[in-house]
Amino acid sequence: MKENKSILKKITGSREASLLIVLIILCIAITAKSPSFMTFKSITDMLKNNVVIMIMALGMLGVLLVGGIDISVASVLGFTGMIVGMLMKYEVVTSTPLLFVIAVAIGLVCGCVTGLVIAYGKVLPIIATMGFMYIYRGLAYVISNSEWASAENLGTFKDFALGKVLGLNNVIWVMIIIYVIFFIVMKWTKIGRKVYAVGSNREAAAISGISTKRIDVLVYTVMGTLSGLCGALAVSIYASAQPNMLYAKEMDVIAACVIGGVSMQGGRGSVVGAFLGSLILAIIAKALPLVGIESIAQNTVKGIIIMAVIILNVLAQRAMDRSNLKGREM
Amino acid sequence: MKKKVLSALLCTAMVATLAAGCGSSGGDSKDGEAAKSDDSGKKTYAIVTKAAGNPYNEKEAEGFQEVIEAEGGECIVKHPEAATADAQVSVIQSLISQGVDSIAIAANDENALQAALEEAMDAGIKVSCLDSKVNADSRMTFVNQAGTKEIGQALMDAVLDITGGEGQWAILSATSQAANQNAWIEAMKEVMTDEKYSKLELVEVAYGDDEPQKSTDQTLALLQKYPDLKLICAPTTVGINAAAKVLQDEGSDVKLTGLGLPSEMAEYIGDDDAHSCPYMYLWNPIDVGRLGAYTSIALVNGDITGAEGETFTAGDMGEYTITDAGDGGTEIILGPPFKFEPSNIDEWKDVY
Repeated sequence: MKENKSILKKITGSREASLLIVLIILCIAITAKSPSFMTFKSITDMLKNNVVIMIMALGMLGVLLVGGIDISVASVLGFTGMIVGMLMKYEVVTSTPLLFVIAVAIGLVCGCVTGLVIAYGKVLPIIATMGFMYIYRGLAYVISNSEWASAENLGTFKDFALGKVLGLNNVIWVMIIIYVIFFIVMKWTKIGRKVYAVGSNREAAAISGISTKRIDVLVYTVMGTLSGLCGALAVSIYASAQPNMLYAKEMDVIAACVIGGVSMQGGRGSVVGAFLGSLILAIIAKALPLVGIESIAQNTVKGIIIMAVIILNVLAQRAMDRSNLKGREM
Repeated sequence: MKKKVLSALLCTAMVATLAAGCGSSGGDSKDGEAAKSDDSGKKTYAIVTKAAGNPYNEKEAEGFQEVIEAEGGECIVKHPEAATADAQVSVIQSLISQGVDSIAIAANDENALQAALEEAMDAGIKVSCLDSKVNADSRMTFVNQAGTKEIGQALMDAVLDITGGEGQWAILSATSQAANQNAWIEAMKEVMTDEKYSKLELVEVAYGDDEPQKSTDQTLALLQKYPDLKLICAPTTVGINAAAKVLQDEGSDVKLTGLGLPSEMAEYIGDDDAHSCPYMYLWNPIDVGRLGAYTSIALVNGDITGAEGETFTAGDMGEYTITDAGDGGTEIILGPPFKFEPSNIDEWKDVY
């Protein structure tokens, strides 16, 4: 029994370890070609430019864990971002904290509606979120009314993404705090364990008294809330609100999770995995122009690296499963 | 039972939101239906923009509408719901069945609209394009916002002026396939062969795909890769905006120029070190729309047929001559690009 547990521990540990090895190899290879990559400034620049994807990957982790998917996240981001931009432009609301609260609240409502439709309307997640992808993106256009909010309109709001606390940019702190919260919730709380339970075996979870529908609504609501927050963050970071903000970036969010070893069937995946996955994606995006790969070939190389990482990850998982079985036989 | 009622309610609510969402994001302009009236004897002139939700397109349509209405015509403004050729084809089809007299289109694709536009011309509709052209077979003429050569020249002179005549510089473009971007970059390279520009070294053409995030990565990479870089030239509105933000936040010595929207760039334009962009260029989309309108009117009145060498008067904008576009068709060039600098940016930032 005791031995079994330690093996289990090793497995969960080493899955992320394989990602960490990939990450280190990537970093060494890039630094060899471009020594300035491994500087503090370069890394913080990279994190700041990828904060939005990294935060949304956490929401997506929850959604994928219960066996769902949400492709409306970039639309929710565009919708809330546009609202923030317009409120600021027309000076309806100019307080930065209040704008963040508004963005988060709208994201929460968007996500909750999506979750209710999926859980209680019994619509397939990909279908429902496809619908909402169009609805929320469409609403972003309606709100924008053919206008953009630019740096000049955004006054003090854009200063949030310039400010620093203890040498680290505010938006990076936001990401770190959210990651810490998620790490704790997913690992040590009842809710976290319920999400995993629903994902690995829905029927069993229902029989054991977990309200699976409520968990479904919860994960989509959390996803929406984070997307709303990211809408405000993106406007602050890029000092610009346009209705087509981060168009089609939901794929990057899902890719970050998949690279991080989150299973599309549900039940498997971790906060650390989502972090490493989105970090690998960020490093690839940052490094490709740096190491001097021809611009036209960059997307192809990006795809090849992603595939390589995922295949490696799957192979590692299989090897672990096998050794796990062996352990049981003994 | 309670659950069933609840789920039924939710489904209805969802369908309702769907319907509402579709209804409001459809994007067709309000005067689409009203303009059907052929009985009044008024001519109807249609403009098809690239997509809804873009201030640049909006201004173009505004200029077009203003001229048409001032000249006593009926104006139809159509914004396709997406920036795709498909969406424009269905808009063109509906305009043909409405029996308009002319269509001016800012094309989302050079070749994909050919069938629809040929059908329109067969139906006797005068077809011209503005801002972004279709191939020579699909149009009678093309209202070009600024000649490729003029833009290349203006941008190269800006590079020469801002760098002080020598040093490294880079280009930050949109996508590697964007036809207008590549044409401008080619034109700049052409200009650069002149002795005057021999001390300038173009180190890289980077592509930011018109995404703020990717453009930011590319700009940071340029700064990191070329410590001696003096200037970035971004002939794309999204790219120049992202680059301006990076350079200004970094307090970098690298300067910026290119093509950008004044309202988006107002924050970054200035002569001192605190601003990243001393000056930049763009054309005036309102004037593009106005010249497009005069062209449509001249085509409908039979003053011009779109053949090379014809001239016409575009109201207070003056006399214009139709010239060879170099692609087998003809074009009308609006003029050299307009310079936005610290002295006039405040006046223009509210316009578009």
